[in-house]
Amino acid sequence: MTDSGSQAELVRRSLKRRYRKERRFRFYGITAIAIALFSLVILFTDIVSKGYTGFIKTTVTLEVPLDGELMYLTDATDPDQIAMADFQAPIIKALQAYFPTATSRSDKRELSRMTGSYASNQVRDLLEKQPDLLGTTRTMEFLAHDAVSVYVKHAGDPGYSIRLTEQQQRWTDELLDKGVIDTSFNDVFFSRGDSREPSNAGILGALVGSLLTMGITLVIAFPVGVAAAVYLEEFAPSNRITDFIEVNINNLAAVPSIIFGLLGLAVFIGVFGLPRSVPVVGGLVLALMTLPTIIISSRAAIKSVPPSIREAAEGIGASKMQVVLHHVFPLAMPGMLTGSIIGMAQALGETAPLLLIGMVAFIVEVPDGFFSSATVLPVQIFIWAGSAEQGFVELASAGIMVLLAFLITMNALAIWLRKRLERRW
Amino acid sequence: MIKSNTALAIVALTSGLSMISAPAMARDTVNVVGSSTVYPFATVVAERFGRNTDFPTPKLESTGSGGGFKLFCAGIGTEHPDITNASRRMKPSEFEKCQSNGVKDITEVKIGADGIVIANSKESGRMDLTLKELFLALAKDVPDPDGGEKLVPNPYQKWSDIDASLADKAIRVMGPPPTSGTRDAFVEIAMEGGCKTYDFIAKIKSEDKSRFKSVCHSMREDGPFVEAGENDNLIVQRLVQDKDTMGIFGYSFLMENSGEIQASTVNGVEPTPETIADEEYPVARSLFFYIKNAHVGVVPGIQEYAEEFTSEGAWGDNGYLVDVGLIPNPRDVRMKTAKVVKELKPMTGNELK
Repeated sequence: MTDSGSQAELVRRSLKRRYRKERRFRFYGITAIAIALFSLVILFTDIVSKGYTGFIKTTVTLEVPLDGELMYLTDATDPDQIAMADFQAPIIKALQAYFPTATSRSDKRELSRMTGSYASNQVRDLLEKQPDLLGTTRTMEFLAHDAVSVYVKHAGDPGYSIRLTEQQQRWTDELLDKGVIDTSFNDVFFSRGDSREPSNAGILGALVGSLLTMGITLVIAFPVGVAAAVYLEEFAPSNRITDFIEVNINNLAAVPSIIFGLLGLAVFIGVFGLPRSVPVVGGLVLALMTLPTIIISSRAAIKSVPPSIREAAEGIGASKMQVVLHHVFPLAMPGMLTGSIIGMAQALGETAPLLLIGMVAFIVEVPDGFFSSATVLPVQIFIWAGSAEQGFVELASAGIMVLLAFLITMNALAIWLRKRLERRW
Repeated sequence: MIKSNTALAIVALTSGLSMISAPAMARDTVNVVGSSTVYPFATVVAERFGRNTDFPTPKLESTGSGGGFKLFCAGIGTEHPDITNASRRMKPSEFEKCQSNGVKDITEVKIGADGIVIANSKESGRMDLTLKELFLALAKDVPDPDGGEKLVPNPYQKWSDIDASLADKAIRVMGPPPTSGTRDAFVEIAMEGGCKTYDFIAKIKSEDKSRFKSVCHSMREDGPFVEAGENDNLIVQRLVQDKDTMGIFGYSFLMENSGEIQASTVNGVEPTPETIADEEYPVARSLFFYIKNAHVGVVPGIQEYAEEFTSEGAWGDNGYLVDVGLIPNPRDVRMKTAKVVKELKPMTGNELK
């Protein structure tokens, strides 16, 4: 009696301590999650606060006098005249309408640096397409010069230095008041390839490059990886050779990605003679890199199919192949997809292996096929982050947002597919 | 009849095969590789070239000067690049490598100069340094401050320890990592320059070259020198935040951020376009690109791109490259070089010796 009483006493006394322990344990867990969430919030706030201005463009809308005399142009259909004409002059003239006193050489020089470097190209292209516009006045929208853009978006921000002269700052303020200089959604960013001018640079080239590269990766890595997993899990005899293969696959998953780049350089470019900087080679390299991930996760998915399903199928006389294809495979599919998407997501963020096969490059044109030079999203971000021009800081952050959106879309697709295919028992 | 059928079949087969390998063979885009220092200038030219002509925009890869030469000299054929940029002159060994791989005719184009600056925030005082002081501040081993011809691990922690006239502040310098061309140039020009001012070290050079290199080219690893990665923007940002830190980077980054940072004078010379161009500023280097003449006419646009690069509107005193920080050659050098490009005059190899 006394014995059990003391026992209960003991339990009661330790109970408090055990509850405390449990509470502490839960607290640790919550703290861990809180730290993770907190870092995530910091990361996102930093990226968004730095990058949202990347989605805004600064434009200058002007009444441009397409005066032939001004441009030394009498006939806009004559290519020789087009080559020698001065297309900057009408833009300066249009700006002088607001600042009639700015006539000196240096004033004109400063005026010409209010619009971006390719404003004169815009005038030329317009006249080349519609030569009969010569002599008329057109309302044209130009991208502002990068220094103007930085001033409009970031005046007063200590992180940016203003490179406009005081006169240009005054002009900009006045034009802003008059609505000549305006900000709007940056459609350029989503419709062009890279440029050395932040206001002219776009992410489309890299986005298409990423899509093409990922396409190749998926088409190669998924079937090969799944086939390998199914064979190893279902058909392969368990002997030394399969053990050896298994160990090697696990090791490959841990090989640094740059090694795959070296392999790609030596094999695809060196031996097969494929060109540098193209999505095909990038896709092949990334496929090799993701293969181990896909194989390992697919094998895990196959293993997790309950033996009862297999036995039931075998019990009613299904052949080994029928068991696998009709029963195991569909049930393992969601898991395989998840693994593939994780592998693909990893590949999407890779830059190191692409460095060696020439995909870290300045490419202006948006790629139009698997064999045209291309770069990918993380590389584009890397290139922008390293550029001297201030406008690229916000573009790099905006690029990160696009990359994250791409990733989230990919993951959402995977979850949707998994939910659709998933079967419960 | 049968014969012509087989011939047709062969033609069809070969054309089918060539379709497969076609992307590897035909190329209509100029491929440029090479130095990351020349990259910002070359990309601007390439983009203008693409916009203002009917040629596609050249593709540029930033591989570093050495990596560029390696790719460039690998051989003739469209799988190899057409032009390589360099922040130093081609070495005789690289020229020979090129020759032995069949890359015979190479045209050398000197495009201008670039200075390496040692800068800090405008909120603190401007520093006046000499190459010797830079060496003493940043080298791993320095001559014994107590005198004698002995090397000791760098004991200096404050600038004022080196020379009483310098600021009473801890030495903290951020610079590029060894993979960077800027680091190579800094080490070769500034560190070696300061190192050689000691007679006994200069003597080592004639006796034991590799020891001389290890003495003069080793940066200290005990904290005051921080390797900051290839991203010069990050160094600039740090300088703005921390006014006691100094940074080492290319002149174009100074120009882009001249609102917040200032350059130290070296040997009493301030880095300006003029002092860098006439090599009065000691930490300056020339920039080049090299054209593979055998590719001209095979890949369209190579010579036109080079001519755009060497036009007055680009590399002239008022050209658009000056806006991105290129320090132009003197006019007579420009004229001469532009002529070399027009004629595609190949190098003989003797000019490198």
